[in-house]
Amino acid sequence: MSNQIKHTDCYALALHHRFQWEEAQQNYVILFPEGMVKLHGGAGEVLKRLDGKATVGDVVADLKATFPDAANIEADIVGMFELALSKGWLRQL
Amino acid sequence: MTQASLGESVVQKTVQAQQNNGVAASATHTQPLWLLAEVTYRCPLHCAFCYNPTDYDKHTQNELTTEQWLQALRDARKLGALQLGISGGEPLLRDDIEDIVVEAKKLGYYSNLITSGVGLTEKRIQAFKEGGLDHIQLSMHDITEEINNFITNTKTFELKKKVAAMIKNHGYPMVLNVVIHRYNIGHLREILDMAEALGADYIELANTQYYGWSLVNRSQLMPTKEQVDEAEAIANEFRANPNNKMKVFFVVPDYFSDRPKKCMNGWGEVFMIVTANGDVLPCHSARVLPNMTFPNVRDDGLAYAWQDSPAFNKYRGDAWMKEPCRSCSEKENDLGGCRCQAFLLSGDAEAADPVCSKSPHRHLIDQAIIDSRNPQAVAQPIVFRNDKNSKKILAGELDDRVKAFHAVP
Ligand code: SF4
Ligand code: SF4
Repeated sequence: MSNQIKHTDCYALALHHRFQWEEAQQNYVILFPEGMVKLHGGAGEVLKRLDGKATVGDVVADLKATFPDAANIEADIVGMFELALSKGWLRQL
Repeated sequence: MTQASLGESVVQKTVQAQQNNGVAASATHTQPLWLLAEVTYRCPLHCAFCYNPTDYDKHTQNELTTEQWLQALRDARKLGALQLGISGGEPLLRDDIEDIVVEAKKLGYYSNLITSGVGLTEKRIQAFKEGGLDHIQLSMHDITEEINNFITNTKTFELKKKVAAMIKNHGYPMVLNVVIHRYNIGHLREILDMAEALGADYIELANTQYYGWSLVNRSQLMPTKEQVDEAEAIANEFRANPNNKMKVFFVVPDYFSDRPKKCMNGWGEVFMIVTANGDVLPCHSARVLPNMTFPNVRDDGLAYAWQDSPAFNKYRGDAWMKEPCRSCSEKENDLGGCRCQAFLLSGDAEAADPVCSKSPHRHLIDQAIIDSRNPQAVAQPIVFRNDKNSKKILAGELDDRVKAFHAVP
């Protein structure tokens, strides 16, 4: 686990940000004032599980169960949280 | 409206893309991500640095109808657009912005209203909020007066304060855009103070780019290199102070750089602009380019405009380039810069952007910088953006002010 992100932390999308599936692009996006990011599949899977209640630990457990074959998935997920936090896409609840 | 507020600063590149499915990566199979709706060229303000076309007067009588705008929103969304910028002119001069906002929400756009705040009432902002408008960018336009008003605590500043408070009270982030030029660059500290006093969360300091009216007034508006450096230092100093929560974004002027900007993030790559009269453009000032016919939503669908129209394909990718760009190792960074700037200044739309130090036309930029210090050039009156001056330009009465350029800006 990184020193910044803890299993018990709970995150939500930052204010004025919107997360949605884009049919035309076939990927998830985050939209915010005058900007956007396209997310690759893994990042989208993490963000769509942030319902305001799920902790980082819950997300990790759920994704491990959904993708049992993915190796080292936990480090990827934590990396995703770190990145999203550093970009200001998430806020801690 | 300012180009910087809509252009390069706003596109955030793909992050975490394992395959390169990024915004700027695909030269040909692109989707528009941004629809910029320049819903009207009418405007109660007369900014000398406005980048709207100087001949805008001919486009104020034939604006698209509400239904045509809603259809454009639907069509662009189908093509993939997801950010919507509603700008102008002053968009609030139309009374159907509420309808546009509601449709944008229904379609899943993230909608941004770019306004001077003139005409924003409690009733309208409430309708926008209920309709699902996501974001409002407040532009500080007649800035010299505003600054004066701020310092002397008088009426325009009071109006801005009221509008800013309205924006905040409705739960919007307070995003300010300030165009920087010779007349306000020396007031940068005051501008930052003013933005803080308005409760801004974010301020964009956009150095004037020279298109449209600002090109006509270039000698009058251009600050010196020293002023720009000092302004940047002030912005950096502000950012470095941990007590300052407001985020500051500083758009460096290209004339004082030796590489051009990647204009619009690439021609026909990300942005689709629909103008007040329905022309569909890859860049705000594209109509200055020679031998080009732009599609119009009244005659052509947006799918045709984006995918198949000769205009959108003409400068896509880099196949159109000539030397020095063609064999340049940096061409991916800037795609040769701005086609409009290249044509307006050099007369060759396929030339490297004259800003580039490798361009054979760089001397034109250096000369413009020199001219901006020439007392004679500077003494010429500013041509303010208004209907009267637009008519004059159309009638050829201000030819001496535009003759240096290869098209009417
Ligand atoms: S005159 Fe000023 S407020 Fe009006 S469109 Fe031009 S820059 Fe914007
Ligand atoms: S030569 Fe052309 S491609 Fe190379 S840096 Fe200059 S403008 Fe860009």
